Amino acid sequence: MIPGNSAKPGRCRGCSTVFGLLLALSFAIFSTAAGAQTLTLVSWGGSYARSVERAWVEPFMEETGITVRVEDYNGGLAQIRAQVETGNVFWDVVDMTTPDAVRGCDEGMLEFIRLEDLPPAPDGTPASEDFPPGSRSECAGGGIVSSTIVAFNNELFPGEKPSTLEDYFDLEKFPGRRGMRRVPVVNLEFALMADGVPLERVYQTLDTDEGVARAFAKLDTIKDQIVFWEAGAQPPQMLADQEVVMTTAYNGRIFNAQILENQPFTIIWDGQVQETSGLVIVLGTPRLEIAEQFLEFISSSESLAAISKYISYSPTRNSANALVSTHLDTGIDMAPHMPAAEQNMRRALNSDWLWWADNRDEMNERFAVWLTR
Amino acid sequence: MANSLTNRRLRAALLAAPLFVFVSVTFIAPLATMMMRSVYEPVVAESLPETLAALADWDGRELPNEATFRVAGMEFIALNERRALGSVATRVNRLESGMRSTMLGVARELANDPPAGAWREAMIAADEDWAEVSSWLAVRRAGERITPRHYLNALDLDRGAAGEIVAQPEDRRIYVTLLLRTFAISAAITGICLLLAYPVAWLLAHARPSRAGLLLLLVLVPFWTSLLVRTTSWIVLLQNQGVINDLLVALGILAEEQRLSLIYNMTGTIIAMVHVLLPFMILPLYSIMRTIPPRHMQAAASLGGSFWQSFRRVYWPQSLPGVAAGSLLVFIMSIGFYITPALVGGRTGQLISSMIAYHMEQSLNWGLAAALGAILLLLVVLLYLIYSRLVGVDRMSLS
Repeated sequence: MIPGNSAKPGRCRGCSTVFGLLLALSFAIFSTAAGAQTLTLVSWGGSYARSVERAWVEPFMEETGITVRVEDYNGGLAQIRAQVETGNVFWDVVDMTTPDAVRGCDEGMLEFIRLEDLPPAPDGTPASEDFPPGSRSECAGGGIVSSTIVAFNNELFPGEKPSTLEDYFDLEKFPGRRGMRRVPVVNLEFALMADGVPLERVYQTLDTDEGVARAFAKLDTIKDQIVFWEAGAQPPQMLADQEVVMTTAYNGRIFNAQILENQPFTIIWDGQVQETSGLVIVLGTPRLEIAEQFLEFISSSESLAAISKYISYSPTRNSANALVSTHLDTGIDMAPHMPAAEQNMRRALNSDWLWWADNRDEMNERFAVWLTR
Repeated sequence: MANSLTNRRLRAALLAAPLFVFVSVTFIAPLATMMMRSVYEPVVAESLPETLAALADWDGRELPNEATFRVAGMEFIALNERRALGSVATRVNRLESGMRSTMLGVARELANDPPAGAWREAMIAADEDWAEVSSWLAVRRAGERITPRHYLNALDLDRGAAGEIVAQPEDRRIYVTLLLRTFAISAAITGICLLLAYPVAWLLAHARPSRAGLLLLLVLVPFWTSLLVRTTSWIVLLQNQGVINDLLVALGILAEEQRLSLIYNMTGTIIAMVHVLLPFMILPLYSIMRTIPPRHMQAAASLGGSFWQSFRRVYWPQSLPGVAAGSLLVFIMSIGFYITPALVGGRTGQLISSMIAYHMEQSLNWGLAAALGAILLLLVVLLYLIYSRLVGVDRMSLS
């Protein structure tokens, strides 16, 4: 009886608090949705989204007085398609991988971004000559260059250390399990490069059945030793647990483990595969004008370079690479950690997203077959 | 009297109405929509009406005529201006990889510079794939409104050039393998669950009430724990550098380089899923065993039966409804399991659910996902019918 008696009013108090909070929250949502001057930016979450907020969102809000609300998502076009088709667009700007942007652009879900509208480089070079050709979707601005690399744990290699992409596939010289993302993209390219296909012929080779077979045959040589991962947070964990001796990974994740957690990891930049992402505007947003203003703001060379104060991803514009300086929290020089740094670029492949847009479904199917065999 | 009966019936119907509405909205309607999607694909047909009309009379052996080229080229350009060609091209691309850029490319190039005379030469000059008969066949086939295509693909089949049914090339046959594997793994999980659960349920049903309560709690606590927590705990235990392998190495049972691969493969899937599904076997067994009077076994023993004989001829038949209910429950649940195999299945422990999720979320090929789901549903229903014929539905108890 006594616990019942004491719990009852307590629960009611709790109820009213929760109810009040919900009410306040719904007002907040309602008012932000109604306010035309609030922009919704959807990005990837985690340490990357924090970098986006510090490098892009906060300076933009300071300069323009426009409020930007940052939401998280996990990629993909399903939600955007639903918003565009129902005519109820509440995501204004979305951070998106280039293949998704290309597809969304093709299928009429995104606004075109014209390079002529973006600011020129500090030396006056127009934006149209500053973005490397073929690196962005016609619907994307701003963005970053990230890289998939091979990384290893120094503690597991007391003697000779692996240094090339070939070493990742060499079980005799460096025995032990390898981590690999469970997708064909990037891995087929790695396999062909390690099998001696020159950079400029990788996608030509993949265009033929023999080329695809050759890539899978190369993957076959290490198949028994592969541990597959899916989320970007897994490979640093697998290296730290010594579950694998080497793994493919996103360079920013390994950088964070090296610098912020002092993990004894090394990145093999040889054979890195670079992918771009960019920011897109959802077609039909009622806040088109401020969305375009935001895109313009973050696409300047200075803004793009600013992201590298927080995370080791390169800017998408050539002129911005020269502006990369130091990590804001630790003060280390960022240049050697960037995918686009000269010493890291000796053998670097640009992912050909047009090829993947055409062949992704078929390659995913073949990869699934390969996995079951 | 009759009036009150009608009243009571009406009240019962009214009380059941919310559930009925709920089930129709959340279960029957989505299911029907998905079934519809597996055979009905109108986008291409609605977007390219003239091209498809022109292709309808085409023999499919040599390249279509100039008029067809012109109609197709003009429709591509018009669609691209409305930004509607991409979703059409994506669908054609599923039938023939590369058609996406072939269609979009030609539309872009010819929009800037529409040919004055020969569309055929102009389109082939823009993209030489238009000189391939297979490109045109892909467009024509993608234009079928009602299509068995997704079901064929879900069974690793395809249509040949003349419309005949052919097997997919070997390096693209995946779904039948995965379906069979899904059934094999589910059967194994059901068997292991039954072996593990039967003695536990027996203990629960025949222990002293105070002890039975504690035991039941031990069964239920993991049942109430989050699925994700339980699955990730298995990663900690089973991985190469995990608790179990460390222990075996420390005890000298295994050498350092002999560590067992217990996770990221089929073994991992089976271990983790057996753990997750075990309560679904224990609880129906327990509820049936509680109704079996202990005196039956005593009577059998007093008539001279050995323990084994009395168990086999007296106890087992009486517990059969629980066995049937538990097995069916576990088997059906494991067939559709997604998150556990995705996390611990690695390469060899993936089930068909992974492909369904992929087509729902990544490739956005909802037609194929729906067909795979429908086949799974059909097989489960068939299985249920066979099962109920063998065991008898009325003898099967779920509670």
